[in-house]
Amino acid sequence: MSTATTTHISVPGREQPPMLVAGPVAWARANLFNSIGSSLVTLALAYFLLKYAASFIDWAFIKSVWTVPMDPATGKLDPTACRAAKGTGACWAVIWDKYRFILFGRYPFEEQWRAAIVVVLFIGLFVTSAMRRFWRRELALIWVATLTAIFVLMWGGVFGLRYVPQDEWGGLPITLILSTFGLACAFPIAVLVALGRRSTNLPAVKLLCVIYIEVIRGVPLISLLFMASVMFPLFMPEGLNPDKLLRAQVAIILFAAVYLAEVIRGGLQALPKGQYEAADALGLSYWKKMGLIILPQALRLVIPPLVNTFIGFFKDTSLVLIIGIFDLLTSGKVAVADPIWQAFSTEVYIMLGLIYFCFCFSMSRYSRGLEREFSKSVRR
Amino acid sequence: MSNDTQPAIVLEKVNKWFGQLHVLRDVSLTVGTGEKVVVCGPSGSGKSTLIRCINRLETHQEGRILVDGTELTDDTRALDTIRSEVGMVFQSFNLFPHLTILENCTLAPIWVRKMPKVEADALAMEFLTRVKIPEQALKYPGQLSGGQQQRVAIARALCMRPKIMLFDEPTSALDPEMIKEVLDTMIELAESGMTMVCVTHEMGFARQVADRVLFMDQGEVVESGTPVEMFERPQTDRLKLFLSQILRGH
Amino acid sequence: MSSTSTDPRVTGTRKAPGKGVTLSWSDPRLRAIVWQVVIVGLIGAGIWYLVSNTAANLEQRRIATGFDFLGTVAGIPIGEHLVPYDPSVNTYGRAVLVGILNTLMVTVVGVVLVTLLGTAIGIASLSDNWLLSRLCAVFVEVMRDVPLLLHLLFWYALLLTLPPVREAMMVLPGLFLSNSGLKVPLLVWEPAHSFAMLALMAGAIATWLAGRRATRIQHATGVRPKVWPVAVVALVVVPVGVWALLGAPFTLEMPVKGRFRFAGGGLISPEFMALMIGLVLYHAAFAAEIVRSGILAVPSGQWEAGGALGLKRGTMLRQIVLPQALRVIIPPMTSTYLGVAKNSSLAVAIGYPDLVSIVGTTLNQTGQAIEGIALIMAVYLTISLSISLFMNWYNARLALVER
Repeated sequence: MSTATTTHISVPGREQPPMLVAGPVAWARANLFNSIGSSLVTLALAYFLLKYAASFIDWAFIKSVWTVPMDPATGKLDPTACRAAKGTGACWAVIWDKYRFILFGRYPFEEQWRAAIVVVLFIGLFVTSAMRRFWRRELALIWVATLTAIFVLMWGGVFGLRYVPQDEWGGLPITLILSTFGLACAFPIAVLVALGRRSTNLPAVKLLCVIYIEVIRGVPLISLLFMASVMFPLFMPEGLNPDKLLRAQVAIILFAAVYLAEVIRGGLQALPKGQYEAADALGLSYWKKMGLIILPQALRLVIPPLVNTFIGFFKDTSLVLIIGIFDLLTSGKVAVADPIWQAFSTEVYIMLGLIYFCFCFSMSRYSRGLEREFSKSVRR
Repeated sequence: MSNDTQPAIVLEKVNKWFGQLHVLRDVSLTVGTGEKVVVCGPSGSGKSTLIRCINRLETHQEGRILVDGTELTDDTRALDTIRSEVGMVFQSFNLFPHLTILENCTLAPIWVRKMPKVEADALAMEFLTRVKIPEQALKYPGQLSGGQQQRVAIARALCMRPKIMLFDEPTSALDPEMIKEVLDTMIELAESGMTMVCVTHEMGFARQVADRVLFMDQGEVVESGTPVEMFERPQTDRLKLFLSQILRGH
Repeated sequence: MSSTSTDPRVTGTRKAPGKGVTLSWSDPRLRAIVWQVVIVGLIGAGIWYLVSNTAANLEQRRIATGFDFLGTVAGIPIGEHLVPYDPSVNTYGRAVLVGILNTLMVTVVGVVLVTLLGTAIGIASLSDNWLLSRLCAVFVEVMRDVPLLLHLLFWYALLLTLPPVREAMMVLPGLFLSNSGLKVPLLVWEPAHSFAMLALMAGAIATWLAGRRATRIQHATGVRPKVWPVAVVALVVVPVGVWALLGAPFTLEMPVKGRFRFAGGGLISPEFMALMIGLVLYHAAFAAEIVRSGILAVPSGQWEAGGALGLKRGTMLRQIVLPQALRVIIPPMTSTYLGVAKNSSLAVAIGYPDLVSIVGTTLNQTGQAIEGIALIMAVYLTISLSISLFMNWYNARLALVER
């Protein structure tokens, strides 16, 4: 066997590993060309990417038409330049002409600054709710205040603002209102339904909750929206005629409550039984236990899936197009119906896609960041 | 290809980098057949990386590693052959949760050594008896305690009849009352003549079983010798410091 | 450890006392009963209120009730139908059946394509090749963050910009693309083809049996006989041979380009194509993410243990990783399938005649909104509940056995 050494002379550590081990060349070798198959894939993908990126940039930016002149004869815009470029260049003139209609629908032109402020308020509300230091009781008050402000701005009639009836609202504010207000109202219902679903003492309540959840989960949102637009008027007594937007909002709230309830139920289930037992041992009543101990922890646990559910609803509000409510997607579609711009729906849809993508992508990045943080703090 | 005069494992000036971090620095080591080597050192010293290089779970960038006379390279077929001669026991057991204990042990003999099932089952029961849990054969890993799972992991590795057994901190994830049953299994294995390289903090085990102890720190082998030499007469300051920290914990 | 038959806890003759209810507010059982009565009563009262309003309104507007309308002649033209349908002869009931079949067809084709595409992209996103995995990530993100309805409108608009029939593009001989759809040649079906199909089905069964025999032989002797030669013979050689023996008929009914339309051949409408493209791309992105998480959920220790035992990569994948990954993949994947089924209802926005679209038209014509919507919900509930039941059963079967 070997003998023990008396003094040990350290081998100097080398900072720079051999050239073939690190650096851009090594990175390319390891990640792009690490086998024959991989190299072929890289070359094929690079070829197609460059080819299609080049032709897309060509269509979208180089050969595109940005503005069109006014036709003196009719007083409207003259799209012949756009039509001539069809197939080779994009027609962004349709966006310049129609962007206010797409964003705000038929909201009166002079009052659109109010709708714009509403959009900014919504974005502010989202950003504030996302920041951790605002996760306190006061957040609920901020929500109530902001939503009130939003409705005041949209309706008007007070503070010298002109009154704008609901059927003139449209575009991005409607999408934001339907999803945000829907989620906010569905939340308390969802908590109650989730608790009811898990209740062991009240089997009748549990059964009702299960029926509610399974029925709503099994049918498409569109059938609920149809129900809202066609059946709700039949449910109401004589003379009471709720507005179409309100009916759609109620349908969305009922739908959202179920999916939120399932997410919250997951959180309640994930909480260790010891928490429930400790609360009971302290002598807390059911509602105190839920309100002070269980729900704060469970809700915190499920914030990432809650955000994902919200993203889903943000996209689902586009379905109101089918019952004739003017959300962002509907405004886009109607904008293209204008005879001047009929052939250029692709450009409008791309713009709509970009808007939706911006909202949804930032929310999804946020939720993924949260998930990573939460899983780090849960030590296994 | 292997003969008894050839050492089981040879490392010659092995160097490894993780990115810019030089984690193994000019490590050289020879392990003879039937020899038991224990590697100890503070966390981050590279001891786990070292034994993971021996069955190529990690790849070295410089130097040579020979296992049973065959050099470790990127040749996958030779690698599979080497891996079936080298058994490994992990800190987190890594049993296959969807298979029974018996199936965990017979999987590799059936698929790698192409053994008929009946023969594989008998082999597995023999080793499960040797680690003293034959009655658990039809249970699933989730139903066993940590100590039992680790013993199954040892049996699973032994079913391939390896020439060399590597242990990567086998008792670090266990509750204290279960450490003894696993160590007893490892002692019995050592006494039967198996070549073993073991990364562990269990000094009692090292004293009883090891032929040689290696102390690693910051990627290099600082000191090596018999257990008596290393624990009673440490020569370098670093080993003295490490021993004082370990012994204080006990 | 285990109780013997003389354990008095098991064989004793005393039973647990029953529980009665005392009429005191401090008794939780009484409170529970009271609460339930109150809640159920409130909800019942609410429903009764709505129902009485509805009955009054229906009578006032002279709207019929009941499902008799299903027996009256429809008069709704439907472009695509899997069963014969004539608007002047067939009833509403028939039209609804056409809608259900269309919805089912879209769902089945959608589920198959979503699984294939989603799995492929999910696995590709885990590849070593940086370019490939980044591209997959971009695809998934872009497809997911845009509403499905926008997908459908976009693809439909794009397909409508194809040239008209006069200038239809010929993709391959016999395959014509125009703004009225994709014209495909139809195979004239002969008996020989039916026999070849039967041979194919028999071949599939034979291949499966060969696989089981191979496993038996492997258990007995350790050597696994190769199955692929049997598969090739059973699935390719025999059916082709049967077809050849029966005369090898192969006449295609080619679409012949006329001035305004094609004669002959089959047509895949732009509505169907847009619906499929939108549905599949959107849901495949979710499926890819699910497959990816499933494979990543298998701890790396499992890969290492398999490698340390000397298992080849293919064996490791099939025996160790995939079974564990599937447990994580199947529940959310089933939700995705449910989503495909439900989202097929968006077909109404681009004019494809699925169930919702047809019932919507029916509802407009007869005014019987309640029956129509009830019909839609009933069909979708049946589909969803059957998928959910299957998922619960499968989940329970696969659950890892724990202490």
